[in-house]
Amino acid sequence: MPKNPEIKKVLVIGSGPIVIGQAAEFDYAGTQACRSLKEEGLEVVLLNSNPATIMTDKDIADRVYIEPLTADVVEQLILKEKPDSVLPTLGGQAGLNLAMELEERGFFRKNNVRLIGTTSETIKKAEDRLEFKSTMEKIGEPVAASLVVENVEDGIVFSNQIGYPVVLRPAYTLGGSGGGIAHNQAELEEILANGLRLSRVGQVLVERCIAGWKEIEYEVMRDGAGNCITVCNMENIDPVGVHTGDSIVVAPSQTLGDKEYQMLRTSALNIISELKITGGCNVQYALHPESFEYCVIEVNPRVSRSSALASKATGYPIAKVAAKIAIGYTLDEIPNAITGQTMASFEPMLDYCVVKLPRLPFDKFISAKRTLTTQMKATGEVMSICDNFEGALMKAIRSLEQHVDSLMSYDFTSLSKEEILNRLNVVDDRRIWLIAEAIRKDISYEEIHEITKIDVWFIDKIAILVEMEETLKGRELTVELLKEAKRMGFPDNVIANLTGRSEKEIRAMRYENAILAAYKMVDTCAAEFAASTPYYYSVFGSENEVVKTRDRKKVLVLGSGPIRIGQGIEFDFCSVHCTWAFSKEGYETIIVNNNPETVSTDFDIADKLYFEPLTPEDVESIVRLEKPDGAVVQFGGQTAIKLTEALMKMGVPILGTSAENVDAAEDRELFDQILEDCRIPRPKGHTVFTAEEAKKAANELGYPVLVRPSYVLGGQGMQIAINDRDVEEFIGIINRIAQEHPILVDKYLQGKEIEVDAVCDGEDILIPGIMEHIERAGIHSGDSISVYPARSISPGVKATIEEYTRRLARSLHVIGLINIQFIAVGDEVYVIEVNPRSSRTVPYISKVTGIPIVPLATKVILGNKIRDLGYTPGLQPEADYFAVKMPVFSFEKIRGADIGLGPEMKSTGECLGIAKTFNEALYKAFLGAGICLPRHKNMIMTVRDEDKEEAVEIAKRFEALGYCIYATKGTARVLMEADIQVRLTRKLEQESPNILDLILGHKIDLVIDTPSQGIEHSHDGFVIRRNAIETGVNVLTAIDTARALVTSLENTDEKALTLIDIAQI
Amino acid sequence: MKAFLILEDGHIFTGKSIGSSREVVSEIVFNTSMTGYLEVLTDPSYAGQAVAMTYPLIGNYGICHNDMESQKPWLDGYIVRELSRIPSNFRSEDTIQNFLLKHDIPGIAGIDTRALTKLLRESGTMNGMITTDENASYEKVLPKLKAYSTGKVVERVTCQEPFTLEGDGCRVALLDLGAKKNIAHSLHQRGCRVTVYPASTSAREICEARPDGIMLSNGPGDPKECTSIIEEIQKLYQTDIPIFAICLGHQLMALATGADTYKLKYGHRGGNHPVRDLETGKVYISSQNHGYAVDTESLNPAIAMPAFENVNDKTNEGLRYKGKNIFTVQFHPEACPGPQDSSFLFDRFIQMMEVRKHA
Repeated sequence: MPKNPEIKKVLVIGSGPIVIGQAAEFDYAGTQACRSLKEEGLEVVLLNSNPATIMTDKDIADRVYIEPLTADVVEQLILKEKPDSVLPTLGGQAGLNLAMELEERGFFRKNNVRLIGTTSETIKKAEDRLEFKSTMEKIGEPVAASLVVENVEDGIVFSNQIGYPVVLRPAYTLGGSGGGIAHNQAELEEILANGLRLSRVGQVLVERCIAGWKEIEYEVMRDGAGNCITVCNMENIDPVGVHTGDSIVVAPSQTLGDKEYQMLRTSALNIISELKITGGCNVQYALHPESFEYCVIEVNPRVSRSSALASKATGYPIAKVAAKIAIGYTLDEIPNAITGQTMASFEPMLDYCVVKLPRLPFDKFISAKRTLTTQMKATGEVMSICDNFEGALMKAIRSLEQHVDSLMSYDFTSLSKEEILNRLNVVDDRRIWLIAEAIRKDISYEEIHEITKIDVWFIDKIAILVEMEETLKGRELTVELLKEAKRMGFPDNVIANLTGRSEKEIRAMRYENAILAAYKMVDTCAAEFAASTPYYYSVFGSENEVVKTRDRKKVLVLGSGPIRIGQGIEFDFCSVHCTWAFSKEGYETIIVNNNPETVSTDFDIADKLYFEPLTPEDVESIVRLEKPDGAVVQFGGQTAIKLTEALMKMGVPILGTSAENVDAAEDRELFDQILEDCRIPRPKGHTVFTAEEAKKAANELGYPVLVRPSYVLGGQGMQIAINDRDVEEFIGIINRIAQEHPILVDKYLQGKEIEVDAVCDGEDILIPGIMEHIERAGIHSGDSISVYPARSISPGVKATIEEYTRRLARSLHVIGLINIQFIAVGDEVYVIEVNPRSSRTVPYISKVTGIPIVPLATKVILGNKIRDLGYTPGLQPEADYFAVKMPVFSFEKIRGADIGLGPEMKSTGECLGIAKTFNEALYKAFLGAGICLPRHKNMIMTVRDEDKEEAVEIAKRFEALGYCIYATKGTARVLMEADIQVRLTRKLEQESPNILDLILGHKIDLVIDTPSQGIEHSHDGFVIRRNAIETGVNVLTAIDTARALVTSLENTDEKALTLIDIAQI
Repeated sequence: MKAFLILEDGHIFTGKSIGSSREVVSEIVFNTSMTGYLEVLTDPSYAGQAVAMTYPLIGNYGICHNDMESQKPWLDGYIVRELSRIPSNFRSEDTIQNFLLKHDIPGIAGIDTRALTKLLRESGTMNGMITTDENASYEKVLPKLKAYSTGKVVERVTCQEPFTLEGDGCRVALLDLGAKKNIAHSLHQRGCRVTVYPASTSAREICEARPDGIMLSNGPGDPKECTSIIEEIQKLYQTDIPIFAICLGHQLMALATGADTYKLKYGHRGGNHPVRDLETGKVYISSQNHGYAVDTESLNPAIAMPAFENVNDKTNEGLRYKGKNIFTVQFHPEACPGPQDSSFLFDRFIQMMEVRKHA
């Protein structure tokens, strides 16, 4: 069936801000799909509120709207742009839910817009618990005994009937929000009540617990003619009970025989056929480990995180093919872009093993529970490929960038056998390390399996790695042994530690004996056909098959690894644009990255892609073969920057700002010298190593002070201390996260925080625009609301900022990008941080100013001058609209994480509000972030003493908007004195009904709770904020954010939003 | 113990001996299935060949005797990247290491199977030797390699005596040319009474049993070697008994009716090949194992018409015979290993028999 000629203009809905459970994979899928549609000559209109994405680039779609993802906005946009079709299956659950809402409103029918990709009936059948169950029953596919309930009582009755434990799954939520396993009635009541509230339709599925069964997933495709194929299957090493996003996943399945494999494959195809899905679909199974019994857990009628993983694991571009199917093509008409010879209607065959590890945020949320459940907590993931499982696991471990490089990286040696057995009962992110220790302590496979239900095949693989550790420790390191250790993925430094030699010696021994990494292709077909656009992974002990290329100049682009708080898709945006820019300049481009969710690891972005860990050793192996003419590190975040020194030692020229100058910005003494030379003030501060020194410095500077480790990203470990006790505690925490670098203690200045990104060619600078933060200094820039153009600073301050940027960029000899953060106190401007590299704000400022900073910086890196590129140096003229970047958090997903904002970054993503007026932009930004007010018009205020004065003004304005304000004693008194009608609520420790009952009573829209500075030693605020978040109530923890919110509410009417096409800027 | 794989073109791979340490010369082919190694090992169509598995981790779920597609492994040699140290599956009864030893199958592990596959892809299927003899040199073994041919292997793999799987549905005569167990099983499961005949059985003997339908099975080797069987099939063609044929059976029917077959460069062996039903345009993913194919050009349109084609290389994957109740496929609807998408063809065959029975 050829392309449907009636489809000419398609609206693609993206997935919005990055949150846990809905991350970069949808940028990857959306970008691929948009390119696939444009390739067909269709006009693509894109809607996504997330400015950090590649899909919201004007190169990707014809019309780009970075607007809030609400049904009203979609309606308005459809009326404005008049697309004939809407493609909702690429924007994750967010996109699907929006489409369903509009379908229910009858909007599509009324306006003659068709839903392509999948019909609303299909979405309903797959997503609605009841319909799904009856559909499965109709075709004889087993599901776990279950019942959809709409109230807690029914849940109790049914659970008593099927027996505890039971699993609870709210309908229409993403990443399993609000779900969980209840082992008894008390737990059931708690989780169920919460789940009912979070579900869009007030439904929760209560089902038989199949925890401990094997969790197997199939990625399947179907076209409009009914042809179906399987892209791949995946086996979760962690059995049912841990969300697949938090599980260690291996592809293809390892412990299934052909009978089981085909049984589930046939089932998946039956399901996709019955649901009449046109496009990609993910089917999750629980397979009984000791029989052929299985249950269908879930079906996702859209591209998903798993489909991104399956695409990267196999080379089969699911989103691209799904887009082609959506416009009418059949699988046998779509070419397989990797081989160029076969068609999309074949099933990929792997001749390697893929391991995915989740990147969990417990290094950011130290207080959070590390337990893994059916609620996803990972912010990102890494994938690695090898011809053996051991090697794939070892490579994945070191790709995590969490100070882990082997199964010895978490030290459990002090635990007794009993303690280990006990701890194995609780699943957390360190389970494989604990299993390794269990094996070292001679705990049998059977005992480990009995507790964890992890298949013994995987336990044996961990044992093989542990045995290798022991062998390396105890035996002479022969060439044969070294070969074997390398084959299993042991890095040189680990071998060095185990054998008591230096890393250099190991490396030398490898080179002398030609024990070198070879690279194999991912070609979708296990070498059956020649490949035209393959990508590569390393193995040891096999033949190298990388095609040597020497015709063009080569550039190595280092990616940014897994998505984590502080280093998100913004850096992938930069890496991809840099790659494209180099390509345009005639370079051969080589990307190294290990993140399966990203655009940069798509098969056709760079000329060559190496799916590898980003460690010096792994990069060196690539450099040895490719001999690039240069490497760019300034676009890949801290991950790439950290490789600078190693690259220089390998003799690879660093393109752009030199390594010494990167160092100068990070090294306190060098940097102080530069500031002094440039006559630029900074908050006073000292470099210290011990808690004693830190306290001395703090007292000399005067509290409050900022304490932070140097060389970090996202303000990790940064805190505001108000007394000696805080300092001691923070230094303790910093030293726990292996810290080789000194600690910085700075005077904390409370002023306006301002940020710029600039391009510098060594002489001139170009500043696209100045961004101002709504929250005053003290809150991490990534967690602050950022406004362009800056509206509350004087022209004088702007001029100073421009001048300081010029001086700094010049004296650091920046070639390329630089990001500087300032604090303005009155007319005084201080520099607080300089990063001679790309930053989080680069995609945002590029899009709202229309200045393509990354391609510009790339051209500058290649020796061009700003003046010759058609730009007038200096600060560019301000736009005549406002753009507000709003941070988005995932606090509800991380049990036990403190949501109070501070110098350490906590947000997972961002969205944009752009409009002619500041207030509308602000309103859009809040709306995009999901802060949708009002429902009940009830709010709670409980603010720290410093904020009480400002709280009065804010409360008055909320009151004027019709809000009923509850407050605790201190806050209430201040508000009452200002004649505000306030209702006093009891504090947490007081008897019921108190503030907690109020929150749990679900009548509250908003909590404004500003925690006191320093370490909060009372637990009350924490409990209130956690409960509010987990009840789905909006919580603001900074007084400035509260003011911004009330401002936006005062001024805007959602029905009258103006939509702005970013592509026209 | 070290083992070597010496190829006709001079490439030598060094690995570890698995299974029997005896020397073997054979035709080297590769299979891309990721599961189903036991089904591959016991598929009689591999008689006369040594099989390299492109999936690197083999033996993970051990050996479950129930999954064997015939009484024993028929292939000459087994080539893998890595054998799993332990098997893990609730049905596993043995390890693959023991299985190979027990059946005296020589093999080699620890070689770069991807590099081997690429050689076979580029140069085409070739002969090779698996040996543990450290002194074996290419020059010495080359004449042996050159001299090797699979020969009349069907005779080796077919059953010795007829036997019957009872059932009260259609009566099927299954001519065992090296049949995989699941062909008889697929029919039996659908209620058929299946009588399995040795490959040398005459057409007369089969017809005298008055079957409702005749099934020609898969099997090993060059179809053109099966001269006497082809003669008998010519006779079967002349009857009006419905015939369904798979793989070698499909090729023999084509040869019996005047068409030609040819050797593919490196064959199709795996579980991911798309075949298009030329009547409906629908595509099915199929299980495949064949080194020869029917030459579409050689078909007489008055006799046979292509019914299926391979989506990748457009080679013939099935035929419909004009004015006859005969249809044949090159791929394996009985799966095992591989996708079960085309198992409906057995239903089609049964329907064909039913229609004729009641006509």
